[in-house]
Amino acid sequence: MFDSRARSRWGYSVTGAALAILFLFPLLWSGWASVRTGSGFGLENYDRLFTSDNGIRPHHVVNSVVVSALTVGGTLVVATLGGYAFGRFRFPGRDLLFLLTLAILMVPYATILIALYVLLGWLGLEDTLVGLSLVLIMFQLPFSIFMMRNSFEAVPHELEESAQMDGCASFGTLVRIMLPAVRPGLVTVGLFAFLTSWSEFFAPLILLNSTDRFTTTLAVVNMRTASHGSIDYAALEAGVVFMAVPCLVLFAFMQRSYVRGFTSGAIKG
Amino acid sequence: MTTTTDPTRERTAGAGATTPASRPLRRRRARRAWLGIAYASPTAAMVVLFFLVPLVLVGWMSLHRWPLLAPPTLNAPDNFTGIADNDLVRSATWFTVKYTLVITVLLFAISLGLALLVQHRRPGVGMFRTAFLLPMAVGFASASLLFLGLLSDEIGPVNDLLGRLGLVDGYVSWTSGSANSALTSAVVLVLWRFAGFNMLILLTGLQAIPPEIYEAARVDGAGRWQTFRRITLPLMRPTIALVLTLMVTGSLLAFDQFWILTRGGPDNSTTSLVMVIYREAFIRLDLGSAAAISVVLLGVLVVFNVIQLGVLRRRSN
Repeated sequence: MFDSRARSRWGYSVTGAALAILFLFPLLWSGWASVRTGSGFGLENYDRLFTSDNGIRPHHVVNSVVVSALTVGGTLVVATLGGYAFGRFRFPGRDLLFLLTLAILMVPYATILIALYVLLGWLGLEDTLVGLSLVLIMFQLPFSIFMMRNSFEAVPHELEESAQMDGCASFGTLVRIMLPAVRPGLVTVGLFAFLTSWSEFFAPLILLNSTDRFTTTLAVVNMRTASHGSIDYAALEAGVVFMAVPCLVLFAFMQRSYVRGFTSGAIKG
Repeated sequence: MTTTTDPTRERTAGAGATTPASRPLRRRRARRAWLGIAYASPTAAMVVLFFLVPLVLVGWMSLHRWPLLAPPTLNAPDNFTGIADNDLVRSATWFTVKYTLVITVLLFAISLGLALLVQHRRPGVGMFRTAFLLPMAVGFASASLLFLGLLSDEIGPVNDLLGRLGLVDGYVSWTSGSANSALTSAVVLVLWRFAGFNMLILLTGLQAIPPEIYEAARVDGAGRWQTFRRITLPLMRPTIALVLTLMVTGSLLAFDQFWILTRGGPDNSTTSLVMVIYREAFIRLDLGSAAAISVVLLGVLVVFNVIQLGVLRRRSN
């Protein structure tokens, strides 16, 4: 009995460690490959990433920051208000709107992006960062609204009622009482919106045409797809690391609340 | 996953709606309804403008000859009959279905394995979970570029490693050598990138099972395999259905991995349906044809999801 338990603990540790190494290996390798040069180690690959003819430029990074900021901000505002409405109010059309929002998940991406391309043209938003951000916000809504609705539902009703008793207006209650209570949900929604918008490839590929509007992801991928001869793999890995480091750092810091928000809110029942 | 039963416990309801005292209550309820509408209006605006309108528009476009730079003209049903004659669509459909089957089976097995491995609090479990989850922080396009380098012969270690183990002989061009090796490269990339995420969802399902049930099964003398088959799997059904839906939908819409890693090659053997849509729209500049393929794909996905939800609902009852 004792023996078999010790053996199973061994089996668990060895399997877990081997798999962990397997999953971490590509990440570690890309970091290593990005600083390896012909003669040793250095930052030459990063240098080529930023200076070669079809490499990335500072304004590409600025574009990515703008798109991420707009998407995260917009998603948080829309999802907070919407989640509050779905979680705490009864109004005609509530269930229909909620179902429609979730239906965005069923009709994903590629199938409506062609139409969105035409629609943004009609709105005068073609080839703009604002137009791209609006589309990215829309694609974030099913997950974010679902998450925020559940977060608001989980807040005890007494909290809200006592605030209203004290004469807090509805919006004041939301900002001062409810928001602190749903913080884990907000963190999860915000982090998810950032990770998606920062690394999104397909939507910018379709919605942005001019190279000076490109996001970093688009610019880095362009180094691979636009190269007709040989690919500069080492500079590509530098680009991968440059793209991934902000995400990895954020993720490592927020993993706890992210996973907690996920387990408490996202999948209920 | 979508419980749309009304969870807002409206305490004002049922407080004797016919007595005179209920009038302020009713007025308060009406006020709350308007407030709710106001808070929901940004969501409604986004959903209508950027989801419902494009949905109708894509159907409208599929009925027209819609060149990228000229006014559209009605040509129904040419775009749809064109699909049937398009060889690339046929091979891409076949390839996408094959890819979806392979990914769904492998990804599900691996994700469930990982979730079972890290479901209990044990020494090192936090580290393992983090290791499996970290790849999902890397953008999928970046991950595809990462694997492009990793599998390349120029700087990648894979050929060396496998060669030293005696598994391959000399130079193998993984991402563009043959149809099978290109598909394998993409599959490995997707498994690496998405196993952790699906593990996380499955983990939430595993942890929602009350420990008392396991306890009772153990008292009854159930073995490990029996417990898994009779308790874990049935109670996980909603979560499993969700994960499978996400996997199938995601695979049917595959683009990044093939666009970046294999460029759809060799010889269009790894060209997915979405790549064909992109090619119709922005290389052949025929938005109508792209819209028609989108509409068909959309129809398949909706039917699939409706069946999936139906099965799910029937079983959970």
